[in-house]
Amino acid sequence: MRFSTLNELKELCLTESLTMGRLMVLEQSLETGASEAAVMEQMTAYYGVMKEAVRKGIQEDTTSRSGLTGGDAKRVLTYFSDSGMPALGESACTAMAYALAVSEVNASMGRVIATPTAGSCGIIPGVFVSTQERFGWSDEHMVYGLFAAGAIGYVIANNSFVSGAEGGCQAEVGSAIGMAAGALTELRGGTPEQAVHAVGLALKNSLGLICDPVGGLVEIPCIVRNGFGSVTALAASDMALAGVRSVIPSDEVIDVMLEVGAAMPEKHRETAKGGLAQTPTGRKIMNQLYGKGGKAKE
Amino acid sequence: MRFKDVFSIIGPSMIGPSSSHTAGAVRLGRCARQALGVMPNEAEIRFYGSFADTYVGHGTDLAIIAGLLDLDTDDVRIRHSIQHAEQLGMQIKFVPMTRPNVHPNTVTMLLQGDGRKVTMTGCSIGGGSIEIINVNGFDVKFTAVYPTLLIYHKDRTGMVAEISDIARQAGINISYMEVDRKMRNGEALTVIESDERLLPEAKQRLEQLTDVNEVCIIDLMKKEAQS
Repeated sequence: MRFSTLNELKELCLTESLTMGRLMVLEQSLETGASEAAVMEQMTAYYGVMKEAVRKGIQEDTTSRSGLTGGDAKRVLTYFSDSGMPALGESACTAMAYALAVSEVNASMGRVIATPTAGSCGIIPGVFVSTQERFGWSDEHMVYGLFAAGAIGYVIANNSFVSGAEGGCQAEVGSAIGMAAGALTELRGGTPEQAVHAVGLALKNSLGLICDPVGGLVEIPCIVRNGFGSVTALAASDMALAGVRSVIPSDEVIDVMLEVGAAMPEKHRETAKGGLAQTPTGRKIMNQLYGKGGKAKE
Repeated sequence: MRFKDVFSIIGPSMIGPSSSHTAGAVRLGRCARQALGVMPNEAEIRFYGSFADTYVGHGTDLAIIAGLLDLDTDDVRIRHSIQHAEQLGMQIKFVPMTRPNVHPNTVTMLLQGDGRKVTMTGCSIGGGSIEIINVNGFDVKFTAVYPTLLIYHKDRTGMVAEISDIARQAGINISYMEVDRKMRNGEALTVIESDERLLPEAKQRLEQLTDVNEVCIIDLMKKEAQS
């Protein structure tokens, strides 16, 4: 790839008059030797899996293997249709429900696309599928949006991290929110500069978020954080399109994520040894899952 | 760059619940399976760090065994892989380790099958991406994003030149290469990552080189590209 920072990505887009999505298709094709058509085809198939996961999550039973989670996407949609006026408004409420749906499909060992991880797999489909329905965008437009999200994620992953075990939840859910916010800004016609600001704005809001899954499962609090994350991405995109800037450049925010994640204690990095996982209720659930030792069984 | 392309960020297509603990683990298992060349009869799986603490909840055990069966990351059979493997006669042992390791999500797989043995250590670095850091006691570093050749040979002058000459003749562009040896004039392992699908003929010609003991191909993309 010819870029390793968001600033380089933005400059390349400006110099070559390309969107981030279009640029990433060309870069991917160059990097792998696969044709543009083949690269587009794979991402189109991935978008199909995302849409199917949304459908499954709102229509089918998503009770997880542990039995701890499932059905929240349906709850939100039912509440929405019954009350008719969720506090968030229709669009954000739908994005939130779809994000919950995909995360619940993941927790019940269903098929998802890691974006960038499975723990954060709900945010991009939540934002993408709901805005596609709302604005009537084509699948092709959305697929270019996924490439834009991928370009942003590529920078974050290589300069910081995207796994909870390495950098906490800020690295997983935070990265996904940044990717969704930047991509949505481009999908709505924002400039590469605005898209990059959206990434920084979004990332700043998730700095420090620890990874503390109850029982070590990608369920509590991961699923609801995906729901919240989709709403934050919409908000960051709106701010950027309105002209709000990330005064601390987005690349520097990514560096902060690295700094904070590296300093995060091990117990707050996906080990289930701290945070929500070690609350009295968290420990009780752990005991129910694994027996008295509270450790993974052999 | 730890992450090479867009599909290491958006992707893989996978069965949940965790890209590092499930999808990455499937890929680690597949690497070890391909290094062994056959389905193992015996598999001892040593989990470190977060893998050791949370493998049951994430289905990391199911995922590693699915990889040893050469299943892909989005194969629904992952859910029942252990049962399936045991029916095929695989003896499986999981050992959570306490010793801290280089990376929080690390696994060592000790495999036996068809009279062969392979010990492989790898890390799941996030989003389903992996790094193999040790094969049979050799310190290496490859990601299995590209088709990869493992060439076991004797450490001697000219070996690398002969290997790369065969790669050149086969039209294989080497994108990354690494050599580790256990001692001078002793056993060595050369790892080559290539842009091209590694032709079986090239493998055969490498095997015929003097002082080359064994060559194996690790290619995870073959299946993933088809799905």
